[in-house]
Amino acid sequence: MSETTAHIQAPTQAHSGQQHPIRLYLLVWGLLFVLSAFSYMVDYVGIQGYARWSLILLFMMLKAGLIVAVFMHMAWERLALVYAILLPPVLVLVFTALMVSEADYTILTRLAFFDTAP
Amino acid sequence: MAQSIQSHSAPDLRPAGLRGVAADFSSDQRAFKTASWGKAMMWIFLLSDTFVFGCFLLAYMTARMSTPVAWPNPSEVFALHIGGQDVPLILIAIMTFVLISSSGTMAMAVNFGYRKERARTAALMLVTALLGATFVGMQAFEWTKLISEGVRPWENPWGAAQFGSTFFMITGFHGTHVTIGVIFLLIVARKVWRGDFDEERRGFFTSRKGHYEAVEIMGLYWHFVDLVWVFIFAFFYLW
Repeated sequence: MSETTAHIQAPTQAHSGQQHPIRLYLLVWGLLFVLSAFSYMVDYVGIQGYARWSLILLFMMLKAGLIVAVFMHMAWERLALVYAILLPPVLVLVFTALMVSEADYTILTRLAFFDTAP
Repeated sequence: MAQSIQSHSAPDLRPAGLRGVAADFSSDQRAFKTASWGKAMMWIFLLSDTFVFGCFLLAYMTARMSTPVAWPNPSEVFALHIGGQDVPLILIAIMTFVLISSSGTMAMAVNFGYRKERARTAALMLVTALLGATFVGMQAFEWTKLISEGVRPWENPWGAAQFGSTFFMITGFHGTHVTIGVIFLLIVARKVWRGDFDEERRGFFTSRKGHYEAVEIMGLYWHFVDLVWVFIFAFFYLW
């Protein structure tokens, strides 16, 4: 409702900007609270192993997605900006793969030469 | 300015999807049609900051994966003794909720800014700054507690020595970002309160006319600080 009035007003303003209903922000705010509570519960309940890691990553990505898409208005930007900003960080995953293999090598070397049990 | 008004009022005429991306980048004009230069530059700064924090978290991952000594259990390290029992990670959980709430109030401030509701915008920004300052205060408490327990960048009582250095570096850099954000918030909130963006008062440094978009750009920075905390919370505290 408020969005329609905003659109009607838009031509009279020099900068219409990002206008979305307050309800949407409150909904996302609530979702972020729930998701944070869930990720805290993962630790509180004491889930371990792969279940723990996948749940942590799932809640993390959902929270990050909500913040970027709605709070930072990425969902309403043109695709040129979305790709220019969101694609480069994907390359960090390549760096991660490099460092995982490097760390594996380092710990094997440490165990072989210093003989400290993990 | 005429160009930006044109693009703001008629964005639907531009092609969508990948064709739109190609058209925008090859238009021989500005590539980001709906974002002003200020917003685009804030996004590019945040992208560079993403790489900084990404490298910090990668350094932490590498240190944690490559040490033969057991990593201290963050669930126990960050537990607080409340009501006769240890509650795991409780301070960090409260800090997370405080920062998320500050992001919520910031998003509302941006919204009221575009509706030109000056007083509400300024008030919500002040609430955001207050929540941010609370977060930094709780972080100072956390640092004090850990330092008094003997955590140093080179040693700690529980396990791998790298725990202290990565903890102080990552949370310290994030805390610095929050602190700068609080100062930034107070500056923009003062401008909103004074009505700078209603009368298009020129900035003292850039001499450009003020618009409520400044609140949104400020908001981008603040949400980014919250975003980084989501990753720190997952990787450093929960992992």
